[in-house]
Amino acid sequence: MSAPAGPRGMAGDRAGESPAARIAADFLANPVAVFGLVLLGCIVLLAVIAPLVSPQDPYDLAQLDIVDARLPPGSVSGSGGTFWLGTDDQGRDMLSAILYGLRISLAVGAISTFLALLIGLTLGLLAAYLGGRVETLAMRVVDIQLSFPAILIALILIAVLGQGTGKVIAALVTIQWAYYARTVRGAALVERRKEYVEAARCLALPPLRIVFRHLLPNCLPPLIVVATVQVAAAIALEATLSFLGLGLPITEPSLGLLIANGYQYLLSGKYWISFFPGIALLLTIVSINLVADQLRDVLNPRLQR
Amino acid sequence: MLVYIIRRSLQSLLVLVAMSLLVFAGVYAIGNPVDILINPQAEQLERERAIAELGLDRPLPEQYATFIRGALSGDLGRSFVHSTPALSLIVERMPATLELATAAMLIAVLLGIPLGLWAGVKPDSAGGRAIMAGSILGFSLPTFWVGLMLIMVFSVMLGWLPSNGRGPTSELLGVPVSFLSLEGWRHLALPATNLALFKLALLIRLTRAGTREALLQDYVKFARAKGLSNARVILVHVLSNILIPIVTVIGLEFGSVIAFAIVTESVFAWPGMGKLLIDSINTLDRPVIVAYLLVIVAIFIVINLAVDILYSVLDPRVRLAEAKG
Repeated sequence: MSAPAGPRGMAGDRAGESPAARIAADFLANPVAVFGLVLLGCIVLLAVIAPLVSPQDPYDLAQLDIVDARLPPGSVSGSGGTFWLGTDDQGRDMLSAILYGLRISLAVGAISTFLALLIGLTLGLLAAYLGGRVETLAMRVVDIQLSFPAILIALILIAVLGQGTGKVIAALVTIQWAYYARTVRGAALVERRKEYVEAARCLALPPLRIVFRHLLPNCLPPLIVVATVQVAAAIALEATLSFLGLGLPITEPSLGLLIANGYQYLLSGKYWISFFPGIALLLTIVSINLVADQLRDVLNPRLQR
Repeated sequence: MLVYIIRRSLQSLLVLVAMSLLVFAGVYAIGNPVDILINPQAEQLERERAIAELGLDRPLPEQYATFIRGALSGDLGRSFVHSTPALSLIVERMPATLELATAAMLIAVLLGIPLGLWAGVKPDSAGGRAIMAGSILGFSLPTFWVGLMLIMVFSVMLGWLPSNGRGPTSELLGVPVSFLSLEGWRHLALPATNLALFKLALLIRLTRAGTREALLQDYVKFARAKGLSNARVILVHVLSNILIPIVTVIGLEFGSVIAFAIVTESVFAWPGMGKLLIDSINTLDRPVIVAYLLVIVAIFIVINLAVDILYSVLDPRVRLAEAKG
């Protein structure tokens, strides 16, 4: 992250330190948060290089053997390999399936967060800068939308739109943009009254330039916190929808779909088909939330002594 | 005050109309309403008769008027699967969902506020850190997966508690409820715990944050300077000041618990409205989906209105700001 421009004048500013260096130092002071960051880094790395490190390609049917179906963790396959996390009902290695599922879950979460951020940020900034009817209309929509829980809006959209990867992403974007719009508008309303914005106006800079080059960098801190939390929320929501059978199609087996797959075997004691994908999902969400939690404390001027 | 309530009620009515328009647009205008509203297994003659009967050949505004008239008189169509009015299906399932949601909310409040106070007063103690770590876990654990794990541990491995259904119900004022019998409690235990976890984590964090900010305020310093005992400062002065936002959140979250019950009910086969919705989406039982959406939106609007009014009763500053604005 680059250092936000403009006067910040926080009580916590230590002499000779840029805000970015101070934030980094504060962040690293909490070992739990650092652990979260490292864990998150490992998870993302594993997801990216999944095809290189997975013991098998779980969706290459030639590599699957039905004889290996539902083996407990640690079993040895007919062809000599070890299934460290067991196999599912089609003889698929769970470790490989999880690594590939992680890719899909992370990608859906990241794409929807990015798109929602783009939309919410633009609308929120414009609402704050332009005011008037635009602001009233945008914020009323935000208010109404945020008074309903995300899962309900997602289900309404899926029920109306139908299922599919694109539609799940559309639903996640529709849910999330409102959080960004509200956050960025709140921050921008405060920043807009500051002198550097007035100075920019006196220089007769074009409004779009003032909004995106001057206002935006100063509204970033709260936005970063919200975006981090929302990535985790998006991943969890996608998993929930997929578990309910309303999310990603069977051709895009995310972690939620893997867990749903093992549901029917859980009652007969074959826990690993649902258990391990859940652990992967949990670790991903926990690591993101640990990072978000520390970012919130570090970026919150009210808690700085 | 009366003016405020009337104005807020009018606003709520507007939201309800807007939502009914959206649902109407979603179900009737997007896609082919014939496919959506008429059983796809019906024969050609039957289809034509139904199209004429439902007025699908008439212009959209007229159709909306018919739809609203039906909704106002409690007629939201008949279920394809159950062949009974969609609305009565939902009303039938509502007590089960409300019972589950109330039990979950009670667990969250009775544990969340004391734990949050403790974590807020002693943020750096081992106990405080453990509570916060637990609450992060509670936030991060996906509800459906926790449900599966609860079933795995308490039903499959230990065999202590049943994993699905509501168990035998007894009548209370004509409404079937579970909590009057031991067997009912046993069935309620796992789903209620599952549904409560997320709200528990939320309440802990909210109470902790409120406590931490309140402890820095002048009135707390003043109370301490007066020589009041620590317990009195925290339980009387701090608690009563942070209670207003907490009460609001509890009110608002009750609606979200009802919505999240969709997931818990699916995992534990709890026969409530949420499970009905998922079953209906899977069987393409559209009239039930539409009826569910309208009912839950109405519930939400009523809850939001009640919370806003309660808020202005609890905190006079809100009313003043509203009157000025």
